[in-house]
Amino acid sequence: MGFPHKPHPKETVVLSQYFGDQEARTYKGWVKRGGYEALAQALKMAPAAVTEVVKESGLRGRGGAGFPTGLKWSFMPKEKKKPHYVCVNADESEPGTFKDREIMRWTPHALLEGTAIAAHAIQADVAYIYVRGEFTEPWTILEKALTEANAAGVFGTIKLYLHRGAGAYICGEETALMNSIEGKRGNPRIKPPFPAAAGLFGMPTTINNVETLAAVPHILTRGAAWYKGLCLSNPKSTGTKLFSVCGHVQRPGNYEVTLGFPLKDLLYELSGGMPAGRTLKACIPGGSSVPILNREESEACLLDYEGCVAAGTMLGSGGVIVFDDSADMVYQIMRLARFYAHESCAQCTQCREGTAWTTKILERILAGQGKTQDLDLLLDLAENMTGKTICVLSDSCAAPVVSGIKKFRNEFEDYLAGKRKPVMVA
Amino acid sequence: MADAMINLTIDDVPVSVPPGTLVIEAAKQAGVLVPHYCYHPGLPVAGVCRMCLVEVEKAPKLQIACATPVAEGMVVKTQTPQAKDARQGVLELLLINHPLDCPICDQAGECELQDFVFQEGRPGTRYADYAKRFNPVEDFGPDVLYVPNRCILCTRCVRFMEDVAQEPVLNVSERGDRAFIGIHPEARLDHPWAGNVVDLCPVGSLLSKDFLHKARAWELDKTASICTGCSQGCNVTLDTRDEVVVRVRPRPNLEVNRYFICDHGRMNYRWMNRGDRVDAPLVRRDGALHATDWDEAFARVLTILRGASGKAVALVSPGASSEALSLARRLFSGFDWTGAFQVVMGEEAPLAGVPNLALRAERAPNATGAEQLGYSRDYAAALTAAESAAVVLVLDDPDCAVRTSGALIYAGAVLGPDAPCRAAEVVLPLANVAEEDGTFVNRDGRVQRYFQAKPAPGMARPAAWVLGELTAALGVAEVS
Repeated sequence: MGFPHKPHPKETVVLSQYFGDQEARTYKGWVKRGGYEALAQALKMAPAAVTEVVKESGLRGRGGAGFPTGLKWSFMPKEKKKPHYVCVNADESEPGTFKDREIMRWTPHALLEGTAIAAHAIQADVAYIYVRGEFTEPWTILEKALTEANAAGVFGTIKLYLHRGAGAYICGEETALMNSIEGKRGNPRIKPPFPAAAGLFGMPTTINNVETLAAVPHILTRGAAWYKGLCLSNPKSTGTKLFSVCGHVQRPGNYEVTLGFPLKDLLYELSGGMPAGRTLKACIPGGSSVPILNREESEACLLDYEGCVAAGTMLGSGGVIVFDDSADMVYQIMRLARFYAHESCAQCTQCREGTAWTTKILERILAGQGKTQDLDLLLDLAENMTGKTICVLSDSCAAPVVSGIKKFRNEFEDYLAGKRKPVMVA
Repeated sequence: MADAMINLTIDDVPVSVPPGTLVIEAAKQAGVLVPHYCYHPGLPVAGVCRMCLVEVEKAPKLQIACATPVAEGMVVKTQTPQAKDARQGVLELLLINHPLDCPICDQAGECELQDFVFQEGRPGTRYADYAKRFNPVEDFGPDVLYVPNRCILCTRCVRFMEDVAQEPVLNVSERGDRAFIGIHPEARLDHPWAGNVVDLCPVGSLLSKDFLHKARAWELDKTASICTGCSQGCNVTLDTRDEVVVRVRPRPNLEVNRYFICDHGRMNYRWMNRGDRVDAPLVRRDGALHATDWDEAFARVLTILRGASGKAVALVSPGASSEALSLARRLFSGFDWTGAFQVVMGEEAPLAGVPNLALRAERAPNATGAEQLGYSRDYAAALTAAESAAVVLVLDDPDCAVRTSGALIYAGAVLGPDAPCRAAEVVLPLANVAEEDGTFVNRDGRVQRYFQAKPAPGMARPAAWVLGELTAALGVAEVS
């Protein structure tokens, strides 16, 4: 981790190398640190060759889905018949995730450079960086960095635009983000067509996460083989990843580790373990949308795409939410469900009504007014909300509920049996 | 082009459809109605209600039939336990905040929510302990009320206004379960075609003020008809209750009006129920009109026609059927004949998203038919000619300012107390458009049939019957 701490020896510092370094924020400072060399190098290469390098590196999307980046770029039409666009998903709103914010705060030029390289690789003339509305500080820093970089003329013919969101979680969904840039309500679109066929303004579009693009310049300068070598477990998961650790740990913050790193070490060593006298109860390793792990599963989990799936969850965005034994899992799950109920875009019936109903049932259980059949009802609702909607927001609401009931059923049952003091939630 | 067709199986029924067809449309061909709310063939696909989930072989999860195009060899199953469970789940969720006030809802009986819940919904709800969401009724426009409590947010109305009417005054406001259909704060839903949102609404959320609490859907008799509001010739259904026309709704015709009618046409039905009708034949005796029977009336007309020669003038309504217009001309085959009609003009109001569909300036259904049958648009000239004609027939044009030194025959549904046609020798009572069968020719030359929706009052008879009897009695040949 960078600012305000020194990196832990077990970290592999690539993206976070200049976190806390004020000078790296400026164009001159960035160039001094080897910045924009990768872009210059890329602009001399054929677009397909750039894509090939990224493909070779094994880089996968860091926003949550983990789709191979090079493969995504190669889906773009080879022959450019319409304008191509790059969209950068900087709408980081997943509860528990705060890695992109740090990248934008400290190394805005890494993002701009990666974006320009992506634009060159997919033959786009224009790239839009969609910044979360609440990110006032990253916005100011990015704006300044873009002005400086434009003044230096590093992007050639590629135009980069910053677009500010208005605070909707759903606008982090790729097609909702495109609708939002187009000035429409941020509703996810039905897929297919996929963005590579018809994305922003109906044109072929590639959309990548901030962290993904920030890694691209490093891959170009240091080579695909180097990046591919950064791997501790499964060869399909390469490179480093920032994990935002929050919750019941002594040193919450962003930690950059090589994929395949044990979650146990991240929790107990890098982030300093639980507060004194407390033990780990549960952990959500990939942002609020992925299934919850209990203590045993967390301690056995390896942090890469395959390792997390093997543990019964997903790597997601790398937002590690830690709960110690003082946490009330029923309350925590209710808070998550309430978030999704608030953020549902209201298109699909299962999500619009299901998230709200799920929240109401959880609130009722917490208030000591739950019924014995409520857990079955929650699971049945969750089943109805999984895999049936346009986007995965309703699946994301269902995941913590299902895994929570499965792993912490006794806590729910205590509330139902009146063994716990009711919690009135506003 | 049989080899260009896509072959697939839906619920074990093989069908062949053109490429690009959506599964939901292909299913109709297989005789399967996949339950749906947001999908409407006249609107862009939204895929939001998630009601039309079906199982497609080899697909990892259920697919929505409304947004899945057909593929060669596709096997679709709509009745698997998985698909039925999913749809039942959607129905339960749609009902948790639905007031179930069917007994006072105008949509009851023709409500898709009601139908599909009866068909495959749960017998009870598991949401029993919560108060339902409540929002007050909103006044959207001159004829449209919005009842948000009943709304299932299918967005058909939003898409109609945005993509078909191209006047996007409606939207989905708010998010999550707080969402409702919002209207632009400074706008009204007063587009000339806005009434279609009431038909499009699958539930009783958008209501017509005109039809509000007027009748229950199951009391209505439905008759295929043609709108008489203008020369577009929109296909409509006349809904009657106890022999009274209470509502006009569009009847799909992809070539003419697709799924829509304008508000002018929708409101253009009250005159069909007028009470002040001529309901018996009248003949002039001792300077006044006296009610009589058809025999005497026919005899009087035949006497007039047989005794006259030379100039005859027919002043007709462009709302008369082609059959009536044709026979009215044949009646005068021995005469020096002039026929004319006049058309009331209004403002044209196109429906932007549909080519060649508008409320036409020419506010009559059969002007083209009249023209094709030899009637002239030069009404003034015909009026002048009538002054010196031996016989003048006025066909269903009650306000015709006719003056003649010859014999005046008036055939029509109504006759005002001060109408110039009161000077007629004979008045023949006619059925109106809702009371007879006939055809109109629309502005594009399309001959369209309409049917009788209710009986004519008293002794009034369809014009084609009246004129047919007369031509038969005269024994006149076909018009050359």
